[in-house]
Amino acid sequence: MSEPAISIRDLQVALPAWSDRKLAVAGVSLDIAPGEILCIVGESGSGKSMMGKAILGLLPAPHVRAVGGQVHFEGRDLLTLSEDALRAVRGRRIAMIFQEPMTALNPLMPVGRQIEEVLEIHTDLAPAQRRARVLDLIRDVHLPDPERMIASYPHQLSGGQRQRIVIAMALALEPGLIIADEPTTALDVTTQAQILHLIKELQRAHGTAVLFITHDFGVVAEIADRVAVMRHGEVVEQGAAADVLGAPQADYTKALVAAVPGLKPRLREPADGTPPLLRVVDLEKTYRISSGLFGGAVREVKAAKKVSLELKRGSSLALVGESGSGKTTLARCIIGLESVESGLIELDGERISGRSRAELRPHRKNIQMVFQDPYASLNPRQRVGDIVALGPMLNGVGREEAIAQARELLRLVGLKPDAVERYPHEFSGGQRQRIGIARALAVKPKLIVADEPVSALDVSVQKQVLELLNDLRKSFGLSMLFITHDLRVAATVCEEIAIMQRGEIVERGATADIFAAPSHPYTRSLFDAVPGRAWISGLG
Amino acid sequence: MKSGSLGGYVVRRLIQTVPVVLGVVIVNFLLLQLAPGDLATVLAGEAGGAPKEYIDQLRARFGHDQPVYIQLFNYLRNLIVLDLGYSFRQSAPVFDLLMQRLWPTLLLMVCTLVLSLGFGILMGLLAALWVRTWKDNAISVAAIIVYATPLFWVGLMLILVFSIRLDWFPTSGMEDVVAFHEGWARVADIAHHLVLPTLTLSLFYLALYARLMRASMLEQRGLDYVVTARAKGQSERRITTRHVFRNALLPVVTMAGVQTGGLIGGSVVVESIFAWPGLGQLAYQSLFARDYNLLLGIFFLSAVLVVVVNLIVDVVYVFLDPRIRIG
Amino acid sequence: MKTFTSRFLGNPRVYLGLIWLGSLLFVALTADFLAPVDPFAIVGRPMSNPSAAFPLGTDSLGRDVLAGLLHGTRATLLIAVLATLAAVAFGTFVGAVAGYYGRLIDDALMRFTEFFQTIPSFLFAIVLIAVLSPSAANVVIAIATVSWPPIARVVRGEVLTVKSREFVQAAVVAGQGDAAILLKQILPNTLSPLIVTGSLLVATAILVESALSFLGLGAPDVMSWGFMIGAGRSFMREAWWLVTVPGIAILLTVLAINMIGEGLNDALNPRLADL
Repeated sequence: MSEPAISIRDLQVALPAWSDRKLAVAGVSLDIAPGEILCIVGESGSGKSMMGKAILGLLPAPHVRAVGGQVHFEGRDLLTLSEDALRAVRGRRIAMIFQEPMTALNPLMPVGRQIEEVLEIHTDLAPAQRRARVLDLIRDVHLPDPERMIASYPHQLSGGQRQRIVIAMALALEPGLIIADEPTTALDVTTQAQILHLIKELQRAHGTAVLFITHDFGVVAEIADRVAVMRHGEVVEQGAAADVLGAPQADYTKALVAAVPGLKPRLREPADGTPPLLRVVDLEKTYRISSGLFGGAVREVKAAKKVSLELKRGSSLALVGESGSGKTTLARCIIGLESVESGLIELDGERISGRSRAELRPHRKNIQMVFQDPYASLNPRQRVGDIVALGPMLNGVGREEAIAQARELLRLVGLKPDAVERYPHEFSGGQRQRIGIARALAVKPKLIVADEPVSALDVSVQKQVLELLNDLRKSFGLSMLFITHDLRVAATVCEEIAIMQRGEIVERGATADIFAAPSHPYTRSLFDAVPGRAWISGLG
Repeated sequence: MKSGSLGGYVVRRLIQTVPVVLGVVIVNFLLLQLAPGDLATVLAGEAGGAPKEYIDQLRARFGHDQPVYIQLFNYLRNLIVLDLGYSFRQSAPVFDLLMQRLWPTLLLMVCTLVLSLGFGILMGLLAALWVRTWKDNAISVAAIIVYATPLFWVGLMLILVFSIRLDWFPTSGMEDVVAFHEGWARVADIAHHLVLPTLTLSLFYLALYARLMRASMLEQRGLDYVVTARAKGQSERRITTRHVFRNALLPVVTMAGVQTGGLIGGSVVVESIFAWPGLGQLAYQSLFARDYNLLLGIFFLSAVLVVVVNLIVDVVYVFLDPRIRIG
Repeated sequence: MKTFTSRFLGNPRVYLGLIWLGSLLFVALTADFLAPVDPFAIVGRPMSNPSAAFPLGTDSLGRDVLAGLLHGTRATLLIAVLATLAAVAFGTFVGAVAGYYGRLIDDALMRFTEFFQTIPSFLFAIVLIAVLSPSAANVVIAIATVSWPPIARVVRGEVLTVKSREFVQAAVVAGQGDAAILLKQILPNTLSPLIVTGSLLVATAILVESALSFLGLGAPDVMSWGFMIGAGRSFMREAWWLVTVPGIAILLTVLAINMIGEGLNDALNPRLADL
């Protein structure tokens, strides 16, 4: 192996005194060869992001700082460099790509200027030369209309376009190393595929070393040459991507790989010929957004266009789509949080669309919802017992009895019954999601609508929650409408799938059939975009 | 991109403000109808307990014998041609009185705005740059103390120290009328008179903007785009001047607009302390003289002032923040 | 992470503020006992220098300045607190209804609020008192009338954010009624900004009250600090203490409240405090 582009030895990053851990990074040693992509993969709290920031001295000082080890880069130890010397390295020899393209750019400065700044700081190029270089960079990252692009402000670009700008910024001076910190996590799956492709393409063209931080094994399979798995600030396993993914050695890695949802479609249970539990016919919903400061022009967004679907009793249907596809709007209409414009929603033969909030109230207990964000879905000022017991109490159950039922439900979802006395902040994300599920079950609904219930969770927790939902479905005979952006998750949970794009259902059918032969081009592009598809298909 | 022209935007905004200003006038008109005693009774009282016929005669002359809605209608009709009525107290049309008093108040307000915004932003910026050093502490403590000081008391203390003890500045008035200064000598004389009132009115706002600017700078400095700039290899100084400063300015500009009404209220106090011949003093005088026509005119003019300053702030905002669409 | 109490009380500014406010409260409750004279009573020679009998001297009519100061504490605090409570109650109502129901109701209520913000508030307070005639109750009404709009805006903004949180949707899905959702789910989660804004409003109310009294528009039969400054104003040359001492009292009180309010803010939103 040639001289590594960067060599990290026994790096230690200290956390502030009040944290539950002393070291965020506890003695990590890694090498990255020139032109190599090393993926650091780990769950939240593994210290992977801290590592990336520590290399460039971008840790949130003074609370968090590197306290030991060396980072050898181009013959120097970055940890011992003066602030000035480090500044000369940043952006010129080592560049960064960040997770949130929304906030990583200055909202008040045209994006062209923001790229140009890198050249201004580190080179003596004349303004005209700088401009030419910026235009070249914009072309390199395949953004349209470079002249217009450089004059645009961040808010005028899409998330993917912004991330391309950040990448252009990182490439400006052809650095020896790029640190990419979850650069595709905030993006839609098809955009993610494009950005991954772009990073790989540019990295090959320029021979840059890349330290790629991610939580997603699919992304690892897609892009990595080598992998290092981190847990609690330590590297538990590292090696060539094919080895680690194909034959993981450490128990933790094995567990993580096993938790990755496969692309094995769930089979449809034999139909029993009963009428469907939920029927949606020609549902339409349009949002009107007034643009400008004061009314003025009104823009219309069709969130649902003639949407029809059916859900059989005891089965589960996944509604798959990217952001803006209208899948959440559809769910909110069905659950009665939004009014529909036209069309019909029927539950168990009874019309529930077009009713006022008061008229809906007696029907509420038939449909319940599991929400996406475990941190926002529980009232922080109420005890868990009261949260779970609210539904039954509104339906006339006495408080004592409702709390007793809550205790039983919490046990059923895998929490200790004493949870009823505690407040939501005492629980982890996965535990909160279990509480959310217990709340939904408390009124014995006929249908559960789950809106991205696992997308905010780490992959191992995600697996447990999905298994729990599965068990409960069997034992309660539940029907479920499952909203997700992730085909992999959809495949593990649901026997049927509906694919949504721009307010329309473009394809619908048995999961197995669609997986075997997707017919609509958009469905195919979604499949192609699944990161690490080849690897996942080969799993277990 | 910005759509629509700035001119069109300004015109549209001005049209939108008409109902607000009208509302202010109507509410205050009705409110003042409820006030105990009117000009007629006051004048009659001063004439030494005049008979009822005389009071009725006065009321008829002022048009106060008609039903309220007719009076309001007449007032609004006259407002269209900027006829704000006649002040029988001061024996002059209200509009002329207002115009005469507008300039001293505008002078005071503009000087105050420049001083408080300029120094407030500077102090807040410095405190943020020196955060958690003794310099930051000194600025922050001074700001929190000034922020807690009653305006009128600042005025009195300044008079006590700088006029009575040190005799550096005059205690009252806008110029030395008996000196008959002309040209630059007059300008210098007015400037000399202007120092203490401006200082009095400015200090509170200076402290307010300094505190806001500091907090805003610190908040912006924690945002992601600053990390991006740092990762580019930009120096902290350039990050501050190029990126953070402009972003941090936005809430201060917003606050400056919100505070216009407060500034007018403050000028009532300051003008009455320093006998500054502006609108505030006029408001105070007309209130005690029960000269409601004049008072209503002052409300109209201050509402117009607030609306105009807010419009200016919004226009400045359009230039500062590309996210604002004016279409 | 440190707890709320330790963050709040560990702040030396909060400590100083609480001590000053505590002593004021004590003085307000025991003023009749500490200075058993009517503060309006003429007890000595006009404008006597501070002495053993009159530690802060007497005013232009021969009234005891210290007695005025002590009795003024009660009026100043009571008026400010009552005005704040009224403003908070009204502002919370308007803001909560506007934020929760949205659309037309929101538009109408916010126009109404903006309208109150367009009228220069101090000028409006002056006119209100002139119309209602000066009295302690009317001063409270006038201050409350001009101070509620910021509360309404804060509460509306908070209700809007909390309303979009999923636990509120969960309550809707559970079938809870509007009033119960607003009262039990949303409002408890808007308390911390409301407490902070409210406490800072007390300070503003003291400033407004003292300015009104200073201009001679306060309650005529109640001794207050602003009134004392206004009365002493013409005699600054002869008796500087007449304006200086009550002014310092106002300054310290407003300062104390501001420091407590900010301490509350830092303790309730530890994000900025950790910067």
